[in-house]
Amino acid sequence: MKNYELFDENTTAFIYGTQQRAAQRMLDFDYLCKRKKPSVAGFITPTGVGNYKLFWGTKEITIPRYLTVADAIKENPDADVMVNFASERSCAESTMEALETKNIRTIIMIAEGVPQRDVRKIAKLAKEKGKWIIGPATVGGIKPGCFKIGNAAGTVENIRDTKLYRPGSVGFVSVSGGLSNEGYNIVARNTDGIYEGYAVGGDVYPATTLIDHLLRYELNPNIKMMVALGEVGGKDEYQIIQAIKDKKITKPLVMWVTGTCAEMLPGGVQFGHAGAKADSKEDTAKAKNAALRKAGVVVPNSFEDYDEKIKMTFDKLKAEGKIEEIVEPTPPNIPMDYAQAVAEGLVRKSTNFVSTICDETGEIHNYCGVPINQVIKEKYGIGGVLGLLWFKKDLPQYARDFIELVIQIVADHGPAVSGAHNTIVTARAGKSLIESIVSGIVTIGPRFGGAVNGAAKHFSWGIENDLEPREFINQMKKKNVRVQGIGHKIHSIDNPDERCEIMMNFAKDHFPKHSLLDYALSVQDVTTMKKNTLILNVDGTIGVLFVDLLKSLNYSDDEIKDMIDMGFFNAFFIIGRTMGFMGHYFDQKRLKTPLYRHPWDDILYDVPNKPEKVK
Amino acid sequence: MAQKGIREFDAKRMMSKALPDFSNGKIKFETNQVLIETNTNLKKLEQENPWLKTEKLVAKPDQLFGKRGLNNLLYVNKSWTEVQEWINERMNKTVTIKQTTGETTGELNYFLVEKFVPHEEEYYIAITTHRDNDTIHFSTKGGVNIEEVWDSVVTLDIPIFTEIDDFDVKGFLPKELGDKTEIIAEFIKALYKMLVEYHFVYLELNPFTFVDGAPVALDAVAKVDDYASFQCAEMWGDLKFPSPFGLQKTIEEEKIDELDERTGASLKLTVLNPEGRIWNLVAGGGASVIYADTVVDLGFTKELANYGEYSGNPSTELTYGYTKTVLDLMTRKKDPQGRPKFLLIGGGIANFTDIAKTFTGIMQAIEEYEEKLKKTNVEIYVRRGGPNYIEGLKIMKDMGTRLGIPIEVYGPETHMTKIVSLALDKKVGE
Repeated sequence: MKNYELFDENTTAFIYGTQQRAAQRMLDFDYLCKRKKPSVAGFITPTGVGNYKLFWGTKEITIPRYLTVADAIKENPDADVMVNFASERSCAESTMEALETKNIRTIIMIAEGVPQRDVRKIAKLAKEKGKWIIGPATVGGIKPGCFKIGNAAGTVENIRDTKLYRPGSVGFVSVSGGLSNEGYNIVARNTDGIYEGYAVGGDVYPATTLIDHLLRYELNPNIKMMVALGEVGGKDEYQIIQAIKDKKITKPLVMWVTGTCAEMLPGGVQFGHAGAKADSKEDTAKAKNAALRKAGVVVPNSFEDYDEKIKMTFDKLKAEGKIEEIVEPTPPNIPMDYAQAVAEGLVRKSTNFVSTICDETGEIHNYCGVPINQVIKEKYGIGGVLGLLWFKKDLPQYARDFIELVIQIVADHGPAVSGAHNTIVTARAGKSLIESIVSGIVTIGPRFGGAVNGAAKHFSWGIENDLEPREFINQMKKKNVRVQGIGHKIHSIDNPDERCEIMMNFAKDHFPKHSLLDYALSVQDVTTMKKNTLILNVDGTIGVLFVDLLKSLNYSDDEIKDMIDMGFFNAFFIIGRTMGFMGHYFDQKRLKTPLYRHPWDDILYDVPNKPEKVK
Repeated sequence: MAQKGIREFDAKRMMSKALPDFSNGKIKFETNQVLIETNTNLKKLEQENPWLKTEKLVAKPDQLFGKRGLNNLLYVNKSWTEVQEWINERMNKTVTIKQTTGETTGELNYFLVEKFVPHEEEYYIAITTHRDNDTIHFSTKGGVNIEEVWDSVVTLDIPIFTEIDDFDVKGFLPKELGDKTEIIAEFIKALYKMLVEYHFVYLELNPFTFVDGAPVALDAVAKVDDYASFQCAEMWGDLKFPSPFGLQKTIEEEKIDELDERTGASLKLTVLNPEGRIWNLVAGGGASVIYADTVVDLGFTKELANYGEYSGNPSTELTYGYTKTVLDLMTRKKDPQGRPKFLLIGGGIANFTDIAKTFTGIMQAIEEYEEKLKKTNVEIYVRRGGPNYIEGLKIMKDMGTRLGIPIEVYGPETHMTKIVSLALDKKVGE
């Protein structure tokens, strides 16, 4: 590669940063140009290593990630470009690091807002080392057929429309990155296309300026004419005039300096770019355009005839036979990105998942259509939230209150029950919070906590079949099934369980319907005649009251049956009791309890002398 | 923006902190100064700065303009009572000041009051920054317009990547300084080191003098590189960048500034002539300048109503707010001669911005202003390219048809500023 070239068709680069989208656009360009291999050798991402997946045409490929510039170079000694997407805070440092390496020859600084003194140092060092910097505050540039910097030149469609996949005869350079696309477009429509084009960036001191690139273009025999777009502020354009006088620039140059309206504006109005501000008469766009025109540059009267001037200049060269005909290649198709196709309504696909309880894709997450901020503002509470997420209903206040009441009541029943015991033993084995509570939760089922569901099921069956309480008990006995939710260790009909009383009273006061409770209590009348501790216990009360609650909320019997079957009722027990399990976990961790080992004297060892021999 | 002027007060405040540090204590730089604004509590100020009542004082506006002596805005060797009265008479008053670049009219609202320093010698120093080097300018003939005595100025270039300690600062100073050479060289070194570390891009003391062997700046002009604010926040302390003198923002401009500051997107608006009939609603910093240029270059300067831009992928809400502000301004009054007004929704070929999406906010505002736009006879011209631009232009065109507002749309096949001449040629000239 000649000194005046920055890239060729084998150039490979590192992307500093996690800009996968920009890299994809580079690869799409490569593919469009029929490059043999992707131009992105790797990503330098101080946040981690691994790979990024990108498309090469229709195929997916992986591009490696490296932690440091040095690591990336070690694996890819041929890569000599770094497209630096680091933020303005760290862009200078990483650029300096790359400059100091032997391999990297060209660095593009994308960030806007890199301190001037840092950029001045970088510019100086780069020149001393014969390296090239483009930027800061730029989108980069493009060399058709060879290499595209990051997001330069926009979409694949734009690249195709402006034939940026194959070289033309025009070298373009602008200050503004935003206008570079427009520049490529104008050149494409009025000449045989861009040979290469860059935006040097709108800072006060871009590391390389218009003249640096124009001098390169002058040396390049493939470039027949040059097009530039300058800006009010600074004196860089005068270097171009000097170079023309010194015969260092001899090729036709069409140039316009923007900002002719600046004198119209009140003093101190800053245009979009940091460098775009006239500090003296010489810096104004008018003065620069006039001086350029005087020096022999083709300067339009305004931006309006910039395109015509470019066309005229090109047509003249063509008439002189200085432009060779281009054999137009046919660029391959680049499949449209799925996201874009969706946005444009071109494709559809059936989903694998469906969610009907919440949506996090909007501006604010919602629970069953209620935005979270509204949930808080309108004091839905835990009961209200469970209503939205579990029932998919905006529950009345009494229902929300009852749910919260239940959760509080079941939160913990001491360390001896199987779930809490497991949690404690696991915690003491040094396991994490999640492992410990899971070991507790897995014990919840038909024997532990499951009585809620069971009671709901049993009593519902009784009332549905119009069984008198005594008949109900007889039938259950016949089936050899114990009625769930009946019986307590301590409490009895004379010494009632206050927790149950609270729930029952709440239901009687607030539920429009509590027929199953009434039924269960009439069953209790029968059972307590046999033994006074055979009362409706906490699980039973919760079970029957949830059925009553659902009936009050106008659920049909079939719906309620479905809910019982899917374990809905146990869910309230699980959510409540998990709070208790966590309490036990934290308790054990705070106490720094050691590994638990069950004592021998608590185990009956009844091992045979020898095993039964199987023949 | 990058290079921003700071108040004399702030420059001196930073110097008093930095100079002793950068000279190993060899340079003492004491400041007795206060900054007075409209709502400054003078009684409190007086208690915190007892010297105000005991010393003779100097007062002057501190609003980024020079030539205060020539403009009768320098009040020297006066008592605190006199100074208060002098400031009172001028606070919030509009004045026109003469400067080398012309006249500027603006409101006085910041005054610097400092201790009056009787002195004889007046020196000049300025440090300028350039691409490859910084330049120190020194003269023994300070206190005047330095251009008039430019022959007396000696300069020393400090190339980037070098240290001032490697240079013979004493040697570059004029021989006539005699025994002052040592201290001035130390002062210059400390100033230069501060300029580098504090990311100043310009510093001028004209003049400075010595009191009891310590330098005192009688005036200071400074600019800093605000891109370095993430490195300098602590060094700079409580530093606010004042607007240039004479740049009084309208309510609408301030509203846009607020939107601009609130987000990562860029929104700018300067109203040039509310009676003008050409209103720009242009995407991108570079393109916005070109649209304004083209109006001027085609000879319609007096019809150019605003300069402005939106860029950096603003949200729908932001483009809506921005458009509404522009539409509100342009539809307040009908053209006295009943001629149409033009809204130029322009821009280049975007890199990432989804054009249809950014148009959503603009269209919301246009729909809201339908009646007013019709009443004030507004015609709309659109030119834009980039992702999804075809859809964007289509929905814009459809809206025009639906609302019955004249609207023409163009894509990248049309030269970027063509809509300016399309609008101007046909209509404005009539």
